[in-house]
Amino acid sequence: MMAHFSYVRPRSLKEAIGHLAENGARVHAGGTDLLGCLRDQVFDVRKVVSISGLSAMRGVEQVAGGGLRIGALTTIAEISEHPLIRKHYTALAQGASEVASPQLRNQGTLGGNLCQKPRCWYYRGEFHCMRKGGDVCYAAGGENQFHCIFGSGGRCFIVHPSDTAPALSALDAQVEITGPGGLRTMPVENFHVHPEDDVLRETWLERGEIVTAVRLPAPQASLKSTYRKIRARRAWDFALAGAALALELDGDRVVDGRVVLSGAAPVPWRSLLVEDTIRGKTLDDRTIDAAADAVVKGARPLAKNKYKLPLFRGMIQEELRRIHQSAGADG
Amino acid sequence: MEKPNPKRSLSNHRISRRSFMAGVGAGTVCVAASSRLFASGGGEKEEEVINADSLSKLSLHINARDHHLLVEPRWSLLYVLREKLGLTGTKEGCSRGECGACTVLIGHVPRYACLTLALEAEGAEITTVEGLLNGEELGAVQTAFAEEDAFQCGYCTPGQIMSVEGLLRKNPSPTTEEIRIAVSGNLCRCGAYSHIFKAAEKAAKARSK
Ligand SMILES: Cc1cc2nc3c(=O)[nH]c(=O)nc-3n(C[C@H](O)[C@H](O)[C@H](O)COP(=O)(O)OP(=O)(O)OC[C@H]3O[C@@H](n4cnc5c(N)ncnc54)[C@H](O)[C@@H]3O)c2cc1C
Ligand code: FES
Ligand code: FES
Repeated sequence: MMAHFSYVRPRSLKEAIGHLAENGARVHAGGTDLLGCLRDQVFDVRKVVSISGLSAMRGVEQVAGGGLRIGALTTIAEISEHPLIRKHYTALAQGASEVASPQLRNQGTLGGNLCQKPRCWYYRGEFHCMRKGGDVCYAAGGENQFHCIFGSGGRCFIVHPSDTAPALSALDAQVEITGPGGLRTMPVENFHVHPEDDVLRETWLERGEIVTAVRLPAPQASLKSTYRKIRARRAWDFALAGAALALELDGDRVVDGRVVLSGAAPVPWRSLLVEDTIRGKTLDDRTIDAAADAVVKGARPLAKNKYKLPLFRGMIQEELRRIHQSAGADG
Repeated sequence: MEKPNPKRSLSNHRISRRSFMAGVGAGTVCVAASSRLFASGGGEKEEEVINADSLSKLSLHINARDHHLLVEPRWSLLYVLREKLGLTGTKEGCSRGECGACTVLIGHVPRYACLTLALEAEGAEITTVEGLLNGEELGAVQTAFAEEDAFQCGYCTPGQIMSVEGLLRKNPSPTTEEIRIAVSGNLCRCGAYSHIFKAAEKAAKARSK
């Protein structure tokens, strides 16, 4: 049984933001991550502010200029099945379809997926780790087979759990945030917090702020995007290694592209090295091998997660080869 | 897909535990509840907060029947189904969204009752494995599971059945791959999967007759 909390299901966004100004108040969207955290006493919540009734925050709409606006309460299942997202933002549809399990996709929302808490077993367990205000990251010298190879800052070794965030970042999406001060937007790429900047938080949301939507830029015909996730079981498991690629192609030459890794770092990890390696190049064997070297360059594996290096290398090779082949088939 | 019901109103039947306790004896529960209804009737007032130590009145629409009960904010739908309403067909495995034993349909869509607050399920059409019976007869998916021996210990079975039922309501003639995906959020520790897939195929045929 979870500890007691008070509960409110506001009828307007304004009302919800008001409740969230209180100490110990927290957003409930689908509840799939929040209730798990409460059951495991990862943190205390005094007031659950359920935004699930704010139906204006749910659904996908086309906006002027050709982009898409996805309400934060749109479910992961709706995103994975949406025809426009499948067609023009394939990486996002694929990322969504790789999340958790069918039941969790039916209930979990996009906003909740971006704001979910880390899955490190020390953090979720009874350890007063650095992310909970303690002095130590127990994963650093402990059971760290599922932990990060980049970006720990030597402080906290979680990997970011989301499969939608890397895709959104690769697709250059923006998060729309509404709070006491009104509306602001920021690139998904900058939304998550590096441990060296602040180990106690996962997103840059301020108190009282709610993610209200995600905006995708207008689709480009030359953009090909994919998301690949490697995991032990085909359901439930988080990424051991994953990558979202959004490449602007001219035939099988990469004009430009964004590559964002999952299962790699405490935040969705943009691999500028891979991007630099493939930009302007034809996706031949040489480029693909160079990209495999680039994807793990600078990685600092822990005692039990060295297997991630060949996994990331092989995955990037397979993904780029697949893109090369389908570009050949199209052209 | 379940749509939030704009008509549903939460505040008209909140009562605190104290007013309930005081009220039962004096028979004033209804008065307390209806005065709230009056107070928030305009729709301009802000939604009321249910206190952590309060019970509040909740109506759940389960298997085509309305149930009225008092719940704490922290109670999950799974807890209410099993412990308060005696609907023990829905099973508890992990209570963390990691096994699927608690799968129910909420507005025709399979979800985990362990990660759903009872208060969040108000206004929705909820179906549990008990709701698939046709009178005294097993429903199509239940029959197919029995005929195909789609279980060993049976603990995961109600959840599996609800996932297949949810699939067939959305997609009456699924491919094997679609069936596999549909039950991928239901763990079977006995490994009855191949029989489960056959049962789902059989149920699809039976339903389309
Ligand atoms: C067993 C299991 C396996 C999973 N596997 C995967 C996986 O493989 N890949 C993956 O990506 N995810 C996975 N998840 C996570 C799952 O996708 C998330 O639980 C879900 O997307 C969260 O959405 P929700 O609406 O239920 O969030 P909630 O549980 O309601 O909220 C999650 C957190 O975000 C905050 N929040 C929610 N919405 C907003 C908002 N709009 N603005 C501000 N803050 C908000 C809440 O306060 C809370 O802290 C898994 C979860 C479980 C339980
Ligand atoms: S009891 Fe709900 S998923 Fe295991
Ligand atoms: S039949 Fe035993 S768990 Fe599935």
